[in-house]
Amino acid sequence: MTLAELKRGQRGVIIDVSSVHIPLKLLEMGCLPGNLVELVQVAPFADPMYLNINGSHLAIRKETAIHIQIETE
Amino acid sequence: MSKQINVALIGNPNTGKTSVFNALTGLNQKVGNYPGITVEKKEGICKLPRGVRAHIIDLPGTYSLNASSLDENVVIELLLNKNDKDFPDVAVVVSDVENLKRNLLLFTQIKDLEIPTILVINMSDRMDYKGISLDIPYLEEQLETKIALISTRKKMGIAGLKDLITNYKELSTNPCLNASSIDEEYFNNLRKAFPNQLLYKLWLVITQDVNFGKTDRKAINDVSNFKTKSENDLKRLQQKETIKRYQFINNTLKKGQTIDLNTAKDLRIKLDRILTHKVWGYLIFGIILLTIFQAIYDWSSVPMDFIDSAFASLSEWTKSVLPTGAFTNLIAEGIIPGLGGIVIFIPQIAFLFLFISILEETGYMSRVVFLMDRIMRRFGLSGKSVVPLISGTACAIPAIMATRNIESWKERLITILVTPFTTCSARLPVYLIIIALVIPEGRFFGLSYQALTLMLLYLIGFGAAIVSAWILNKILKIKSRTFFVVEMPNYKLPLFKNVALTVLEKTKSFIFGAGKIILAISIILWFLASYGPGEKFNNAEEIVTEQYANQDLSEDDLQQKIASYKLEHSFIGITGRAIEPAIRPLGYDWKIGIAIVSSFAAREVFVGTLATIYSVGSDEEETIKNRMAGEVNPILGGPLFNFASGISLLLFYAFAMQCMSTLAIVKRETNSWKWPMYQLVIMSAFAYIVALAAFQILK
Repeated sequence: MTLAELKRGQRGVIIDVSSVHIPLKLLEMGCLPGNLVELVQVAPFADPMYLNINGSHLAIRKETAIHIQIETE
Repeated sequence: MSKQINVALIGNPNTGKTSVFNALTGLNQKVGNYPGITVEKKEGICKLPRGVRAHIIDLPGTYSLNASSLDENVVIELLLNKNDKDFPDVAVVVSDVENLKRNLLLFTQIKDLEIPTILVINMSDRMDYKGISLDIPYLEEQLETKIALISTRKKMGIAGLKDLITNYKELSTNPCLNASSIDEEYFNNLRKAFPNQLLYKLWLVITQDVNFGKTDRKAINDVSNFKTKSENDLKRLQQKETIKRYQFINNTLKKGQTIDLNTAKDLRIKLDRILTHKVWGYLIFGIILLTIFQAIYDWSSVPMDFIDSAFASLSEWTKSVLPTGAFTNLIAEGIIPGLGGIVIFIPQIAFLFLFISILEETGYMSRVVFLMDRIMRRFGLSGKSVVPLISGTACAIPAIMATRNIESWKERLITILVTPFTTCSARLPVYLIIIALVIPEGRFFGLSYQALTLMLLYLIGFGAAIVSAWILNKILKIKSRTFFVVEMPNYKLPLFKNVALTVLEKTKSFIFGAGKIILAISIILWFLASYGPGEKFNNAEEIVTEQYANQDLSEDDLQQKIASYKLEHSFIGITGRAIEPAIRPLGYDWKIGIAIVSSFAAREVFVGTLATIYSVGSDEEETIKNRMAGEVNPILGGPLFNFASGISLLLFYAFAMQCMSTLAIVKRETNSWKWPMYQLVIMSAFAYIVALAAFQILK
């Protein structure tokens, strides 16, 4: 499943990021395969998404989240 | 000469880097610009033990050396250029104890440049609270550096950091990551082509397209006989590099850091549950904005009235003390009222910057970005556009510079184009004086009519920005890849020192920046208003005396008539009369016309200009406001500043693009004159039409 499908409060592990669609900056902030991700909060219409990735708190748009593959625990 | 060393402060945003800078330098700091670009350059001096002086430069916050904005470019260009006079003898990487893992990425990159690097772990007072414990000796050994565990909030560890800086020569310059391990073959070829250069530096030059010395990207590609990689291949390698760095960091922290989640408490979760809530979040944001505007209006009115009357008395006093003559008049009628027109802004500007810096310091601004992104996107903007639009209420110039972190060019351009509609602090004095003249006192549900009018003007400004953004989004055909990442920092109580220094610095730069223009214009206006060509000006006294010979006028009234006759036939009067036909349908006389024309240099000139024009030839001690209230409309009779002309003026100032500095910044940020010229023509034409309609309907 992709990160965009995660529910609020749910956790998962990143298994793949599409390097073409994902900016380097996001990778540098910890969005890398193997790292834990948790959906902290969503804005109305579930977009943008407020995430805790590997201890880093950041918000990204849904259109970016669909390019990140995850696996729920 | 005492010994001086260069120290560069580097760190991710939100790590308290500026607090460290403030703690080291105190008031020994100055803010300027990097030559040729509008990135803020903060530097200061810190006295170290044994008579060593450290020249400290606070570099823009960045997450890595892979720069994606102008600000971040500054960091990498300095670190790659050994010949720069600011090239650091020692780099101090500031990290936040709660985000150590991510912060260390930048640390490993800096260390790989073989610059002596100290690691500062800030906010160490929060370790117990978060259940974090660190094995400092182990971390120092693994990272081959010295670590300063500090807390700028509790003022701990600063002396230790100063000692480490003093002894920087003892630091190891071994790299953290062997660059060759990213791609053996590629890097071996690189080494053969450039045997004397640091591999990691070459790699940065290849991926960043920045210059250092004579070696730029093109030179590398020309000289080297190995296959140049495609953009996508390079990106893949950068990704591999990042993964390798994190592997190293994870291994280091596995033993060096333990986090006990059971003792960790988290205020963030509780606050975020409310502040980013679908309903409460927006409601709280609305209340915060409302409070800010009411506060600015209420709190600053007392000091402003005081300043206004103080300058009127000062002018009067100067006249009574100095001998009569042109020089005294220049000071009392030109320079002092002009200066008064600058000083009077200080209370509001200080309050505005105070609120904005508190919103930034607490971490709340990021929550607003998160809440507003979806809504702003409908208008072709980004959630990050909220920050420029809000800081635009202070000044459009820093606001336009704050658009740099918007990743999509289209969203960024639209934000730049619409930001000048937001009510900047330069409009405030114009609004305040006109509101005081034409809006009646009285209260509505505890809010004064005058405060509500001001609030409405702010809303009109935002409304104009949003609507024009929506139109621009439909018209502009720019394809740009959008992506959006915003860090949600921890909530923090703002540090008094940081807030105070920001307010002081911003107010100072506004007063001196705008002050120079206002002062120059005041002096020019005084000359133009005090001298005139031809018979009519020179013989004003005889002409007027003759004209009123039959009427029984008191000496005072006669002097008044002579003064205003002189003003009408001075250089400024002649110019004003020439443009009067264009502005008369808006309800203005030629004096307001002059004020509007000079406002195109900067809006805040309006009040100062009227103050200068009205005080020329007037002997009485009077405040600007009283003089304006006394003006009579020469054609319609009645007060010149009445409800219709007042509203018309307010609307004109709300929409017109009257700020040369903003146009210059837009030119610089968009790299073309096309966009600022569009802004100037379209906004001002629109302002004229709206003001015309308002006056014709209301009169």
